[in-house]
Amino acid sequence: MHLAYPAVLAVLLFCTGLYGVLARRNAILVLMSVELMLNAVNLNLVAFDVWLRDTLHGGQALTLFTIAIAAAEIGIGLAIVLAVYRNRGSSDIDRLRDTAEGPDPADPEGPEDPAAPAQKAEAAA
Amino acid sequence: MSATLAQAALTAPQGFLSPSGVEIAFLLVGIATLGAAVMTVTTRQLVHAALWLVVALGGLAVEYLLLTAEFIAWVQVLIYVGSIVVLLLFGLMLTKAPIGRSPDADSGNRWVALTVAVAAAGTLVWVVVDAFRTSWIDLDGPAQGSTKVSGEILFRHWVLPFEALSVLLLAALVGAIVLSRKSAPDDTPGEASAAAAPGGRSAAAPGEPSAAAPPETESR
Amino acid sequence: MTTTTLAVLVPLLPFLGAAAGLLLGRRAPGFVRPLAVLPTFAAFVLAVVVAVDQGGGKAIDAATRLTPTGSVPIELALHLDGFAVLVAVLVGLVATCVQLYSTGYLRDDPRYTSYAALVSLFTSAMLLVVYSGDLMVLLVGWEIMGICSYFLVGHYWETPEARAASLKAFLVTKLGDVPFLIGLFALATDAGAFRITGVVQAALTGGIGHPTLIALLLLAGVAGKSAQFPLHTWLPDAMAGPTPVSALIHAATMVAAGIYFVARLLPVFAASAAAMTVLAVMAAITMVGSGLAALAQDDIKRVLAYSTIGQLGYLSGALAVGDRGAAVFHLLSHGAFKALLFLAAGVVIHAAGTNSLTAMSRMDGLAKRIPDAYWTMTVALLALAAIPPFAGFFSKEAVLSAAEHTALGESQIAPSGAGWTVLIAGLLTALLTAAYATRLWLLAFRGRGAEAPDHGRQPFVMNAVLWVLAIPSIGFGLTAGYLGDWFDGRALTPSVTTAVLSTGVALVGGLVTYAAWRHTSALAARTPMGAVAAHPEGDGSLVEEEAIASHTEVYGSIASAPDPADPGRLLLGPLHRHAATGFHLDAVYSALFVRPVLAAAGLVRFLDREVVETYVRAAGAGPRWLGRAVRRAQNGNVQSYLSALLAGSLVLAAAVVVLANVTAGS
Repeated sequence: MHLAYPAVLAVLLFCTGLYGVLARRNAILVLMSVELMLNAVNLNLVAFDVWLRDTLHGGQALTLFTIAIAAAEIGIGLAIVLAVYRNRGSSDIDRLRDTAEGPDPADPEGPEDPAAPAQKAEAAA
Repeated sequence: MSATLAQAALTAPQGFLSPSGVEIAFLLVGIATLGAAVMTVTTRQLVHAALWLVVALGGLAVEYLLLTAEFIAWVQVLIYVGSIVVLLLFGLMLTKAPIGRSPDADSGNRWVALTVAVAAAGTLVWVVVDAFRTSWIDLDGPAQGSTKVSGEILFRHWVLPFEALSVLLLAALVGAIVLSRKSAPDDTPGEASAAAAPGGRSAAAPGEPSAAAPPETESR
Repeated sequence: MTTTTLAVLVPLLPFLGAAAGLLLGRRAPGFVRPLAVLPTFAAFVLAVVVAVDQGGGKAIDAATRLTPTGSVPIELALHLDGFAVLVAVLVGLVATCVQLYSTGYLRDDPRYTSYAALVSLFTSAMLLVVYSGDLMVLLVGWEIMGICSYFLVGHYWETPEARAASLKAFLVTKLGDVPFLIGLFALATDAGAFRITGVVQAALTGGIGHPTLIALLLLAGVAGKSAQFPLHTWLPDAMAGPTPVSALIHAATMVAAGIYFVARLLPVFAASAAAMTVLAVMAAITMVGSGLAALAQDDIKRVLAYSTIGQLGYLSGALAVGDRGAAVFHLLSHGAFKALLFLAAGVVIHAAGTNSLTAMSRMDGLAKRIPDAYWTMTVALLALAAIPPFAGFFSKEAVLSAAEHTALGESQIAPSGAGWTVLIAGLLTALLTAAYATRLWLLAFRGRGAEAPDHGRQPFVMNAVLWVLAIPSIGFGLTAGYLGDWFDGRALTPSVTTAVLSTGVALVGGLVTYAAWRHTSALAARTPMGAVAAHPEGDGSLVEEEAIASHTEVYGSIASAPDPADPGRLLLGPLHRHAATGFHLDAVYSALFVRPVLAAAGLVRFLDREVVETYVRAAGAGPRWLGRAVRRAQNGNVQSYLSALLAGSLVLAAAVVVLANVTAGS
């Protein structure tokens, strides 16, 4: 089998996941998209493992690890999303904007008084 | 999907006018998988997205089988389809996701996201095709990902990372518990469901919402 | 204790007094007056003891080196000869009198603490200059006096006159001090020592490479400090300070320092005939010009200030003819009677409530109100006019006879031209001195008009101090026969020719003024005018401050008054207008220096405000606008951050791939 098939499929899956991460509003859908990206990587790992005929089968082992880590990640991620939802009543990512820059503070330099330095000079004399 | 077709058209003239049966199967399943993935990220019904995800992950499991990685395929089905998607569904329910079409499932970032994704896809496809257009996978001989082989390598060569991973999973477990505990048990709506299964909480954090899950799945 | 130890204590005590006064002044107001008077008095007593110990014999030298200072050593050195010990006695006496007088004069002044401390510091600095045997140590005292005079002249800093005067005094004296410093370094480099003995030794053996240059550089500093033409302009304006400060500056400390310095280093100056001639011409111009200006002044203290300049001209003249004995002799007697004149003038201003002679000439019976000041001032004016047998006569005769000796070629230290210059200018000045002294006396004490206001009795200490100073003003001249041994050994007794001549012209000057006054005083009744302080019941300091502040308002000028009854106006004729303004020297300086400097400052200000500031503002505005643009990107949406991040990494990846292909292809 040509190596390009799994590789290109992995790329396209990855980019689909990427689009989902960037475009979806609901945090849980974002997590799903992350899963898609992880799976794309897994496909790559398996394909290259088979292609290279690795005696250690590092690709497959890593795929297993990735799946385990994905499970952990989804657990933690869901816990975070739930906590946010409890606090904010919403799990929409683009509404969680606490890190946004606040409104423009007042201009620090006030209108300069041209008489003040002259008075100072007079006092010094 | 059109990208896949274009890729197929691109690779066809380079000596693949007579693809083998495995390749054809791979291609077809791949198209289905990709379509499911695209539906996952574009559908306006949130629960449908999870279901499309099941299709995509299952398709991937078939691809693993085609690549002779049996064990991985079964693990994929078990863990992804069996637990992760279920978890995600629980998450959707617990956050009171709307049922039916929701008009605002995509954020305003959508066109930027599309641009970035298409550009990334273009770049990566170009790079990958450019790099591997003369590489073939030899699928003959004994299966490389049979359960026997996987068990041998995993417990012979990868036993230490494997154990370390178990520690990671434990940590994730504890972290999930800590995160989903409520500091003041009287102010949030999710309190009742969490309090309904106090005994199950110590056993497994992801299982925590299961007490409230069955009625909601049924309602769907 | 040895004489050296005592001599070290003399400058040290007032210094410690000043420090203690400044430290304790706020917390213990009761100690301020003792701390002001007692250290100064103790220094005076010790100065007398040192003088007696030294006895006019061989000079006592002592030195200690604190730290190595490179090629030319600087040492803490004492040099006690006849000049030093006698000048120190004068400084101690005048400073003690001034401190005592100030306790009465500035009785209610809120800034008395710092004032007294500064006077003590001033005294200490002058004593340091007098006793110092090392030019660098001398310079320390010299500069401390400069800054102290700045503070003391500006004591009434609420009035614009005092502020301007203190700045002027400081700047003008500094103007002289810069070349002075260069001259000192040049001198020390040539002589290989900062020790005065070493320098004098080098000068006597011809070891000074550039005597004229060095002498002229040093003369600039001397002219600034001792108020010689053309750097004398600060002195009349310095009258804006309190009267005791004027007495201190004019009689004993600041102006005497320059003369004393030349007297110390006379061999250096004598090595250059050109320098001696310059000094003589400078002295002559100073003498005559100041005499004319004094005749036109309306402020009683400004008359005295110009008379100080004139008397300092005599001192410079004596030095220009190479007779430092005569110079220091006149310095001593002048110090006594000028201090007396100023302190008495302070009493007069307090009693009359004005510093204007015009206003005083329209007061009746001022002499009866303040008999002590009247009598002592009369004595001092006679001494100033050099009428025998008062002190001024003997000392001035010493100067004139020294000039005569030089002019006739009997003394070879200075060129005879210098002698003639000094002699003729001196005789002319004797005439002018007598004239303005008479004018001052007649206008102040022989006024006719309304009864002088009664401001109560003057404080006892003020009157007592006047009588203490009257004693040397009367009798100091009689010591002329003995003093010669303390100095260079030359006789200081008057010679017949100059005595007759100068006394004659002095009498002529006095009589002519008297006649003019008789002629003009009739006009006084017709034009009533006057400026009198608003709070006559206040202490002397307050009255004087108000008098100074009101003089310009009433007469339109700080120096003169449009009074037709002024005998000076008749005597000077068309010169009066110019003399009143000090021969427009201030205007010349203003046109030559002040206005260009102001214009340059304006240019710099413009460049700074408009040009440099623009760059600064732009440098600030650029990042601010940039920051605002960057803030716009911080919208808090994680997805857009991530999009930007990925787009960026994509661009980088594409760039790497393209670059790799290009390099691989080439």
